[in-house]
Amino acid sequence: MRYLPLTDTDRQAMLAKIGAASVDDLFVDVPEVARLDGPIHGLPMHASEMAVERHMKALAAKNLVAGEVPFFLGAGAYRHHVPASVDTIIQRGEFLTAYTPYQPEIAQGTLQVLFEFQTQVARLYGCAVANASLYDGSTACWEAVAMATRVTRRKRAVLSGALHPHYAQVVKTMAHFTGDTIADALPAITADPDLEGLMSRIDEDTACVVVQYPDILGRISDLTPVAEAAHAKGALLVVVNTEPVALGAIKSPGEMGADIVVGEGQSLGVGLQFGGPYLGLFAVRDPKHVRQMPGRLCGETTDAEGKRGFVLTLSTREQHIRREKATSNICTNSGLCALAFTAHMTLLGEKGLRELAAENHRLACLAADRLAKVPGVEVLNNAFFNEFTLMLGGKPARQIVRDLADRGVLGGVSLGRLYPGVAALEHALLVAVTETTTEDDIERLATELEAAIKETV
Amino acid sequence: MNAPNKSGWKPEMQAAEDGFLGGPVTTTGNRALMLEEPLLFEIGRADVTGVDLPEADASAPTRLGGLERAEAIGLVGLTEPEAVRHYTRLSRQNYGIDLGFFPLGSCTMKHNPRLNEKMARLPGFADIHPLAPQNAVQGALEVISQLGEWLCKLTGMPAVAMSPKAGAHGELCGILAIRAAHEARGDAREVVLVPESAHGTNPATAAFANYRVEDIPATPEGRVDVAALKARLGPDVAAVMITNPNTCGLFEKDFREIADAVHAAGGYVYCDGANFNAIVGKVRPGDLGVDAMHINLHKTFSTPHGGGGPGSGPVVLSEALAPFAPLPFIRQNEGGEFYLVEEENREERGPSFGRMTAFHGQMGMFTRALTYMLSHGADGLKQVAEDAVLNANYILRSMEDILHAPFAASGPCMHEALFGDKDFTDGLSTLDVAKGLIDEGYHPMTVYFPLVVHGAMLVEPTETESKAAIDQFITAFRSVVTRALEGDEALKQAPYYAPRRRLDETAAARKPKLAYEG
Repeated sequence: MRYLPLTDTDRQAMLAKIGAASVDDLFVDVPEVARLDGPIHGLPMHASEMAVERHMKALAAKNLVAGEVPFFLGAGAYRHHVPASVDTIIQRGEFLTAYTPYQPEIAQGTLQVLFEFQTQVARLYGCAVANASLYDGSTACWEAVAMATRVTRRKRAVLSGALHPHYAQVVKTMAHFTGDTIADALPAITADPDLEGLMSRIDEDTACVVVQYPDILGRISDLTPVAEAAHAKGALLVVVNTEPVALGAIKSPGEMGADIVVGEGQSLGVGLQFGGPYLGLFAVRDPKHVRQMPGRLCGETTDAEGKRGFVLTLSTREQHIRREKATSNICTNSGLCALAFTAHMTLLGEKGLRELAAENHRLACLAADRLAKVPGVEVLNNAFFNEFTLMLGGKPARQIVRDLADRGVLGGVSLGRLYPGVAALEHALLVAVTETTTEDDIERLATELEAAIKETV
Repeated sequence: MNAPNKSGWKPEMQAAEDGFLGGPVTTTGNRALMLEEPLLFEIGRADVTGVDLPEADASAPTRLGGLERAEAIGLVGLTEPEAVRHYTRLSRQNYGIDLGFFPLGSCTMKHNPRLNEKMARLPGFADIHPLAPQNAVQGALEVISQLGEWLCKLTGMPAVAMSPKAGAHGELCGILAIRAAHEARGDAREVVLVPESAHGTNPATAAFANYRVEDIPATPEGRVDVAALKARLGPDVAAVMITNPNTCGLFEKDFREIADAVHAAGGYVYCDGANFNAIVGKVRPGDLGVDAMHINLHKTFSTPHGGGGPGSGPVVLSEALAPFAPLPFIRQNEGGEFYLVEEENREERGPSFGRMTAFHGQMGMFTRALTYMLSHGADGLKQVAEDAVLNANYILRSMEDILHAPFAASGPCMHEALFGDKDFTDGLSTLDVAKGLIDEGYHPMTVYFPLVVHGAMLVEPTETESKAAIDQFITAFRSVVTRALEGDEALKQAPYYAPRRRLDETAAARKPKLAYEG
């Protein structure tokens, strides 16, 4: 038990000081019925570092590692190259093993990082203020809807059909319990997002319109008309972004009139990790909305000597002060993931992010052109960043994805998996390309896809 | 007044006029190894990058639909050596568990084993996509399944929901399952009872799930007032949320009686499991009548908290609530293959209340927690609880002669000892003791929580401190408390030796400056 420093001699000395005969005397308040005296059935005893490592490595070996095969999955989680120094920075014990900065005098490291993070996110999103992060993009999306209902005092949210279906599910789950109304739709399977259809659903009861950019089919278009339509009816525009790298190449949501911008920050610094922990980003365009924001905020101030310093601030909105009147029950942020994001973003800088975005887009264009040549395959999108949809000419995409995995290629995400029961999407394959994709990978996907399509009835 | 450390060195408190330690002002603002670090935006440049990428070809064709970003984003970059130095310097202005004792009550800051980190970084866990075909991620699904099994066995509960992303998200999961269970039987209940000693997240969670929250008082002994609670039960009460061990550091000895009464009234029992560290391997909450309880993996199972997160909050569920657990969850087929039950598995998903996050929860935390569980085993985890409780009682009994300990007479505490500031000389408070401890090299205890005690100080040593470390802390704590009792005015200016003196939080809130402008 290498993590427990007390010796039996220590324990005896401490019990003597306490005046207890045995440690069980300290559990005297536990009723007999709940005491567990014997070993717990079915759980192993302690094991050496070597034995534990062996066990975990055996489990890890059962997974197909993304980096070892041609890899094209996206749909809200992207594989990017993370510079080695990012991981060494987040493994600094003073960052890794710190708690929430409740004592700001000895937590300036975390706090300054959060201030830098908030600034980077706000600028990337074209907003005035970002918070210190939430759990992930999907929960941030719900928090945006909840905030919009607080701000507008209306209870109806209109969701774009091309919002990530898992995000839509999270919003619908929560709205069911809070009594909010969610108007959603299926995505129009057209080359461009159906913004007219979305705008026609906005009415006087609408608290917000939620639209994803780039959307779940990889499509992008100017959201300015949606912002105008929402504002004309007194509703807010919530824009969801699941690929922050895209914003190195395309206009920011704030620039197009979004009121709340939320997203997933996983692409920068965090890695795939089978879905978590990820990094929810949350920002507002208008500073007047700051006090309605959920989550933690780090603010600048001065200390008793007049030196600049940082503290968590505006906590009067928060659960630990306001209890049942809080804006949200969230009481954490993804601090370490925010640090990874900030470190990665700092290494990129303006120049690097733009180059990274350009490289993603260049390779994605290359892939789209090559895959369009596969017999039976059609590229749906007119415009895209690094992700686009292939229509497989009536072939079932789920089957093709499994076949491709058997051939050693992780070929994309079947839209049928994300929209179960929607017949029109059963034949659609979402393909993501990043800077980690090589031209050989693209060629390999094209070849194997052609073979898989041929063999699939 | 400061206790000398082992080497005999003692900081001089030669107060200048403003109470600050005298000494020359340096040109840079640096103090020897404590280096002032500018903001990224003051040292970074727009045309500098720390990564090698192909130069963007402005003439290359794009398919961005005319949405090319025209204006500068306003980001700045650093080269790799500059970036490493910037963040390393910032790290040195932080206190972490690697640096020393971190007795934050209710937060359970224990040692973070590096084996956990190493295992979480195995490419087989770190580099797999949440939507990969399920035949390609069997090992990941098995990790989630194994961890769930440990949690069920340790808590004596039949089911577990793994997807909640943090403790408070787990609370929400439990409360939504309760609401869904009531809805399923057509029973519209509106009230959740929350003892006043509960974490602030408890009432916030219940309110977020559209319940009306009513407080239940605490007894003078620091436990839930059972009579008051029973008197409030009725057909409108959906659930009771109780923390056990509670935030006064005490075991709710009448928990079973409370649970039976709640169940008899048709309600459910939510247990805040934030303090599970005190009882892991010793007590199974399932035997106490719990219906839902979240477990903060970072607390009991040592995943690092990273300056505020990420957390992870799996929720164990009783038979009655298990069918309502969120999507996705994992099952195993007859061939032994693991698979996810999601929206599309209409028959298997049953009355699940739906999805609460995009993917499968905090996989990176699961691998760390499972690694820790395997390292300790069932025997080691039991020892964890025993040592944590022993250490806390040792601190309680070593301080109660000079520091008000409101519940010391109630018997042993669990993993945390609670003190109050009522004996301090006028004008000195818990905050001053906390800041005084910073100068002694300690992260302060949790302060002003729970609200039921005036100037509360909640001290949680955890099991990973040695007796020597605890003795040294007690010496320092006694010294600072003595100064507070004697009315040492200098304490009001503490800390003196931290990277920053006391920060003006009022100014920060009055005119919020939340991003760099320049």
